[in-house]
Amino acid sequence: MDAQTIIAKRIALELRDSMLVNLGIGIPTQVANYVPAGIRVFFQSENGLIGTGAPPAEGMQHRLLTDAGGRPVTALPGASTFDSATSFGLIRGGHVDMTVLGGLQVDQSGHLANWMIPGKMVPGMGGAMDLASGARRVVIAMQHSAKGKSKVVKACSLPLTSVRPIDLLVTEMAVIAFPGGRATLLETAPGVSVEQVLAATEAELEVPQHVPPMSL
Amino acid sequence: MRTLSLADAVALIPDGASLMIGGFMGVGTPERVIDELVRQGKRGLTVIANDTALPGVGIGKLITADLVSKVIASHIGLNPETQKKMIAGQMQVELVPQGTLIERIRAGGFGLGGILTATGVGTLVAEGKQKVAVAGNDYLVEPALRADFALVNAFLADYLGNLSYALTARNFNPVMAMAADTVIAEADNIVPVGLISPDHVVTPAPIVDYLIAQG
Repeated sequence: MDAQTIIAKRIALELRDSMLVNLGIGIPTQVANYVPAGIRVFFQSENGLIGTGAPPAEGMQHRLLTDAGGRPVTALPGASTFDSATSFGLIRGGHVDMTVLGGLQVDQSGHLANWMIPGKMVPGMGGAMDLASGARRVVIAMQHSAKGKSKVVKACSLPLTSVRPIDLLVTEMAVIAFPGGRATLLETAPGVSVEQVLAATEAELEVPQHVPPMSL
Repeated sequence: MRTLSLADAVALIPDGASLMIGGFMGVGTPERVIDELVRQGKRGLTVIANDTALPGVGIGKLITADLVSKVIASHIGLNPETQKKMIAGQMQVELVPQGTLIERIRAGGFGLGGILTATGVGTLVAEGKQKVAVAGNDYLVEPALRADFALVNAFLADYLGNLSYALTARNFNPVMAMAADTVIAEADNIVPVGLISPDHVVTPAPIVDYLIAQG
């Protein structure tokens, strides 16, 4: 299983029946491929859609039905469309049960940086700041390291997306939560030891007595 | 409401005007109006929109043609030309969180001075902004936004200018239609009065100043 699949599959286990969920672009989008059997989840696209479905078959695209990245999608039975004020009212107003976002850095207090690299990449924050501040539960899907450097750091060096701590970080190596504002190792990926996680992590991690493997 | 040809409607827009332009990555952007702005070569425009789409698509065409001096948007990441012009100092770009941008526009159209939001508190977005505490929670004061013109795209318009939108092309359009001095609407379909059910009218006719006739 590649890194992205491990992350997407593990995050999909956080989905519950009837949840309203917003998925960011990149790895988060793949979470929709692993919704557990027997539950129904409403996916929101912040450009104004609840009930976002998989991309349509070739030739079935509609130019007025896309996700927030501008890619053609389908709408599932029971879908609804609305303007951007309603879409962000859903997000800021606490109606979105969970958001899954990508990350550039997460620090040991649970702070997230994911919207710019000063001087290099200034794409704009889009909806990320509203989602990170407003969704009921914020889950980050992120590779553990980039170019040999840990992305799970002591303190974010990049500009923060929100001062509100995230709830859960899932990488291809570990699941990390932030109870009491302290990064705590909850699970390791199959075949990955606690020692390997610690060696790959710049942040100080609390390690409980028992750290089970992810059940994928 | 008056119906105008595309060329006459766009001729109303002077150089240096501020424009709210509907659409999200080009979906729901009045593409014919954009093409006519380029053809008439309007310069020094301020564009308020969610994004600048891609080169060759929607607002991206205005950027490529060097018609824009300032952009207020939430995302420019998919248009490298916008980023290049911003970094070169040829174009001013103000980045605003998407939920804050739409609410600032809504406030502008709904007679409010601005909004209070927790989004951006403690981040770069908060720099230079007033912060207030209400019931123990911190909020940024974000001022209302208005523009000289709103350029909106609808799926249906009737002869009076009632507008209805389709699927994810609604996005910023109906909110922007409330927040500009002059509203110019382009519709994919123009139908007789009565064919849009009152319950399905999203932008009421009195809001629309000009409807662009089909070409």
